[in-house]
Amino acid sequence: MYSVATEETLRVMGGHADLVTGIQLNPHNHMQLYSSSLDGTIKLWDFMDGIPIKTFTVGSKLLALYALGSSEDSVFVVIPKSGERDTFQLVSVKLTKAAGQDLEAKEVSVVLDRVDASPKYIAFGREGEYVASVKEVNLQVYFFKQKQLNRFSLSAVKTKSGNNQFTCIACHPTEDCIATGHADGKIRVWRNFYHKKEYTYSTLHWHHDTVMDLAFSMEGTSLLSGGVESVLVLWHNQSDCQKDFLPRLGSPIEYISMACDGTLCCTLHTDNSADVKTGLVVDPRTKALVLNGEPGHLQFYCLQSDQQLFSLDIVQRQYIHQAGLNQADLVKVAFSAQGKWLATVEEREEVTDPELQLKLWFYDEETQSFKLNTRINTPHEDQITDMCFRDMDELEDDSLILVTTGRDCVFKVWVMVEDTDPEAQQSVSWSCDFVGSYHNYQATNCCFSEDGSLLAVSFEETVTVWDSVTWDLKCTFCHPPGKIRNICFGRLTCSKYLIGASDDGFLCCWNLLSCALEWSAHLNVLVLQPDPLSEHIAAVSWLSKESSLFVFKPNEPRPIYIQRNLCREKIQLAAFVPRDEPETIGSEKYLWLRRSQLFFLTDTQELMTLSTKSLQERLTPASKQLAVEESLPVTPFSLLLGKHRRQQSQEDIDLGKLFVRNKREQDSPAVKELLHTPAHVLPSASFLCPIFINSLLISKENKSAEEVADEVEMESEKTEDDSDEERDVTEMEQEDTSPLELLGETTCKLSKSQEKELRKIRKMDYSWISAF
Amino acid sequence: MGEFEVHRVRFFGLVPAGVRCLACQPRGARLALARTDGAVEVYNFAANYFQEKIIPGNEARSVEALCWAAGDRLFGAGLGGEIAEYDLSRLCVAHSVDGGGGPIWSMAANSSGTQLAIGCEDGSVKLFQVVPGGIQFERNMDRRTGRILCLSWHPSDTHIAAGSIDALRVFNVSSGQTVQRIMVNYHVHKVKRECIVWSIAFLSSGTVVTSDSFGRVQFWDWERGTLQESHTVSTSAVLSLSVSEKEDSIIVGTSTGATYQFQLLPVKTGSLEKRWVRTKPFQYHTHDVRAVAHSSTALISGGLDAQLVIRPLMEKMQKKGYDAALRKFTFPHRRLVSCARKARLLLFQFSQHLELWRLGSTDETGKDGEVLPLCRMPEHLVQLKSKGPEHIYCSCVSPCGSWVAYSTASRFHLYRVQYKGDSVSVKKVPKVPKLLLPAYQLQFSADSGRLFIASARGSVHVLQLLEPGGCKHLHMFRPPSGCPDAVYLLAVSADGHWLAAVGGDWAIHIYNLKCFKHHCTVPTYNCAVTALAIHPITNNLVIAYSDQQLFEFSIPEKQYTAWSRMVQNSGLHKAWLERDSPITHITFNPKNPSHILLHDIYMFCVLDKSLPLPDNSALLMNQSTLKQLPETARQRQLHAFKICKKFQPLLFADLLDDNCLVMVERPIMDFKTQLPLPIQQKKFGT
Repeated sequence: MYSVATEETLRVMGGHADLVTGIQLNPHNHMQLYSSSLDGTIKLWDFMDGIPIKTFTVGSKLLALYALGSSEDSVFVVIPKSGERDTFQLVSVKLTKAAGQDLEAKEVSVVLDRVDASPKYIAFGREGEYVASVKEVNLQVYFFKQKQLNRFSLSAVKTKSGNNQFTCIACHPTEDCIATGHADGKIRVWRNFYHKKEYTYSTLHWHHDTVMDLAFSMEGTSLLSGGVESVLVLWHNQSDCQKDFLPRLGSPIEYISMACDGTLCCTLHTDNSADVKTGLVVDPRTKALVLNGEPGHLQFYCLQSDQQLFSLDIVQRQYIHQAGLNQADLVKVAFSAQGKWLATVEEREEVTDPELQLKLWFYDEETQSFKLNTRINTPHEDQITDMCFRDMDELEDDSLILVTTGRDCVFKVWVMVEDTDPEAQQSVSWSCDFVGSYHNYQATNCCFSEDGSLLAVSFEETVTVWDSVTWDLKCTFCHPPGKIRNICFGRLTCSKYLIGASDDGFLCCWNLLSCALEWSAHLNVLVLQPDPLSEHIAAVSWLSKESSLFVFKPNEPRPIYIQRNLCREKIQLAAFVPRDEPETIGSEKYLWLRRSQLFFLTDTQELMTLSTKSLQERLTPASKQLAVEESLPVTPFSLLLGKHRRQQSQEDIDLGKLFVRNKREQDSPAVKELLHTPAHVLPSASFLCPIFINSLLISKENKSAEEVADEVEMESEKTEDDSDEERDVTEMEQEDTSPLELLGETTCKLSKSQEKELRKIRKMDYSWISAF
Repeated sequence: MGEFEVHRVRFFGLVPAGVRCLACQPRGARLALARTDGAVEVYNFAANYFQEKIIPGNEARSVEALCWAAGDRLFGAGLGGEIAEYDLSRLCVAHSVDGGGGPIWSMAANSSGTQLAIGCEDGSVKLFQVVPGGIQFERNMDRRTGRILCLSWHPSDTHIAAGSIDALRVFNVSSGQTVQRIMVNYHVHKVKRECIVWSIAFLSSGTVVTSDSFGRVQFWDWERGTLQESHTVSTSAVLSLSVSEKEDSIIVGTSTGATYQFQLLPVKTGSLEKRWVRTKPFQYHTHDVRAVAHSSTALISGGLDAQLVIRPLMEKMQKKGYDAALRKFTFPHRRLVSCARKARLLLFQFSQHLELWRLGSTDETGKDGEVLPLCRMPEHLVQLKSKGPEHIYCSCVSPCGSWVAYSTASRFHLYRVQYKGDSVSVKKVPKVPKLLLPAYQLQFSADSGRLFIASARGSVHVLQLLEPGGCKHLHMFRPPSGCPDAVYLLAVSADGHWLAAVGGDWAIHIYNLKCFKHHCTVPTYNCAVTALAIHPITNNLVIAYSDQQLFEFSIPEKQYTAWSRMVQNSGLHKAWLERDSPITHITFNPKNPSHILLHDIYMFCVLDKSLPLPDNSALLMNQSTLKQLPETARQRQLHAFKICKKFQPLLFADLLDDNCLVMVERPIMDFKTQLPLPIQQKKFGT
């Protein structure tokens, strides 16, 4: 329930066991409302206090609910017809006046047969005199008093210009007049329908696509209609020539409802879960999550209060709804460190030449919003792959640099320059300063080091590091054959490291001081996200249909935190959102979550977060919140969040299990030692091998050792190289060595995913033998 | 259906004139229509909207308003300032009276048909008394400046409402005083623009309905002078308006070509409160809808695109049938083309001239559907211009091509055409005998030796044509019982023995040409004859009626043939009977005596009498499906009607010799391009 004045949610009522399908105010007591649900009950509520007064059990699924002023003690519901699939009937249910909370309502009488299940397809006319229902191309009107049923049908032929399918219906409040919406965008206004033959209708046509809903004003003088065009049309006197529009409502209109006094009108829109292309970006100023909103808009979404703060029109073009029309849409967003500058990239996908625009926005303190500063048409010849600002908190504006990388094999550096044009209103504008390229490879990612002195740009398989003052190529790193998917610099104490993830499943850490590979790990990283406030880096991997999260510090190849089976979907994006105040976290495991919170966005557009609170703790306040969000489809992510929170609680349980299991694994001291000691202090691999193998042999009985981190083993680089070179030899000799045979048996019982690991063990074996 | 070499003629540059006004006969079954060239046509509702009478126009006389008075007397008034009464049996202007107020813009008759009111350029409204044999000026109404564009009588005949520019006025008929004056201004941002009241209707409840140049249809209470309802139906002008006799429905026509229906509907079931509601929009016209009429069962509209559209009201129809068809008439229901079979010439009749063309020829043959290259292009031989303001009534070319005859309201012309190599000489035949003019139909005999002239009062004149260029009046036929109406269709047998003539009373008289005697009368049928022809071999008369019935009458035996009786017993196919345009021409194939070739505007049909008639379950237009069937299955599916719809709109079709057809088409788009541009309208998605 919402207050009209404050736009806030007032109350949430819960109690139905299944989807709530209909809400109607009690026509005899305006402080009460009826609700129906798929669980087969009708509940009467006192909505001011949020108390359920009565529950009527009907029995079958209730798909829609209507209450009438004229029928004292009965309501109308749509129920599925018993025995037949996909046919529904409208029945009136007598609500007995007996005392008691839970009542049976079995007195059911059929009013209309073969109706459609959607509540939009049935409407009650003037003072409950008649009921009209539409299905496909048929309209049926039933007069209660005369007990007369009139059926009208339109031609079912779909032509190029017409499709007569009914999509919605509304009845005039005072006159005998029915308005119906059609799939081809026409609105027909029916009159004289108590004559089977002399009925007549007029047509209003503005919508070019399906009319989603219709509503009459309280006096019936005007008619409201809405559809996918996201324009609310107000027809005066049902005249084709007098109409008003309320355009740019953001997204297609699903439902329209008029207030009793006719002053207010409420529209319900379809979920605007836009395809998030921009990535999750955090606005440093508001700490809001920034992502695609309405087409061509950026939405600033406050996570704490679960509200959309505001929406910024980036494309600044009229959104035209038309099938097959390519719209310009936002693809990249970047904020400068202080949130003073915002860079956006929009593109329109055309087969021949994509239309690209880079826009730079300046935060205007006065108006408290972003103002367009510079617009650059076609900044790159091809799609822009990445973009970043030089993040230097302490420096002044003049050192602000923006780097964009494009598919056209170059990266460009944009700097602010004083505007020489005296007529220009602004003093600065942006222009290109440097264009860099590397062997004509496509530039894929870019990243500035923390102090801003170095820029790393990845070109397919190679990471190049550039001096940000002179724009000299300093050094290159590569890890063939994989192409670089993500790169990032370490922060704070780890700022000498550069982390890169490649698409053949390796995570590499290069030391910038020695220009050498520090460590690498076999991990199919999809998302690499550094925490801006700590040295932690979160990596999300995707393996065998589940996503896993690893949090590590660049200076040690051992993850601080592992979360397997994070979710079933691929995780596309992640972001650290700084907390308002550092949370006190007891567990050492979650220490990295102290200063900021990690959010993920999956394939299915679900936004998730990791929480440290225990299940019980979370559930108590959340259950309330959960319900709010379920009845709250207007704000963009509320549904997603609601779903997610539920899932989260389940995840928390899973987490517990995993935790226990991990504990058991690490009972083996050898493995523990192997995994917990930093790679560079470990003794040589040949020394470690017998211990490791022994531990594995034990694990055969124990079983738990099998669970040893299958993809988390972080070996020192040397070992890796060794094994690469000596692989062939291993294979040649493996038949002679008896321990190997033994191992072979073991291998048989191991899962296929661990074969790789085993091969490595074999190599170690070999070196150990050679040492003898 | 047989294979023919077809001359597809598209060089007949006919541009039909736009519809200027319409008048429904009160309580009657006729519709009078006036075109912008001054022609007046009468359609008969009972005869399935057949175009019964045509009074060709006159350059000197435009028609701005038509009305029926005193039963079935038709009056027309125009910008010439004269009120003319039409003689519907002789199909000409009976007499005319000067209105005395300059150009006349509007005319209306009172409900009893005893008085006519005209609205003139000088702003005067004049009353005329309808007396037997003419009209008499009665009185002037209170005169103000501003032309009176429309008039309407109150059903009680006590008041007249007149629409002018920016205002409408109501006159008291007995005193002649203006009793109410209502300004119908239109203000946009304090700028006053001229508002023209194009059409007006006075309802018995005292409501005056106006339609104006701002696209509004407004309902006024004339006594209080207040606006009751206003409906904006269009962004452009609403030009015409018509009220049904029950006063529960109104049709309006706009300059965008759209027509709208307004209905007086009760607001609630059973309540007395009623309101005018705009209901059905129709868009059949491309240009201004200058005239609308509301018959009891149909909405009728006529536009400057020369279309007359008759849209039946489905709720008034008892069953779906011939009456329920939507009709669009663009071309007249009579022959404008005549063909000289032997000489391969075509004569085209325009409103004021004739064109004689020689058909092209080819020496190649090809397969079905192939377009053959011409070795000789069609050639425009002669253009004959009619002198004077009168339009041509009828014309004909003889089968040998050497005689051309045409008639106007007051004159009859006969020409001798001679061909010497490539040059053509036309010589007027002097001293044509004095005839009862005008002639309504001309027909040469098959040997080109005689000319038959259909004339007034059921008479048919026979002229003997003499070489090298003369003629002699041979005989005049007259029906024995007498007939007041003119003959409008003629048919001559190929052997020159028989002549069939149809008069305005739809009786078919057959005359013997050998002994100049009335032979017999075909049993009367209560529908208009749209075409008739005599079979060259059997001398059977084939008659097509406007209700799409076909009869075959054996002239020697003076009775219907067995085939005709069989057709009547089994009945024609439903789809055939529901066609909306009449058969306009019938011809025969001498090589195949069982074939009858007939056509209307939309189809050409070869009727094979030897094949069984289709029953209602069979497909009537089955030529395309037959083509795909194997031979044995085809034999089973064959039926008598072999219909070809390739040529549309088909103005004329004739068989030149055994396997050569000529088809005269006038594609709608060809003449639409010659009309003025329609109002520009934004179409979504363009």
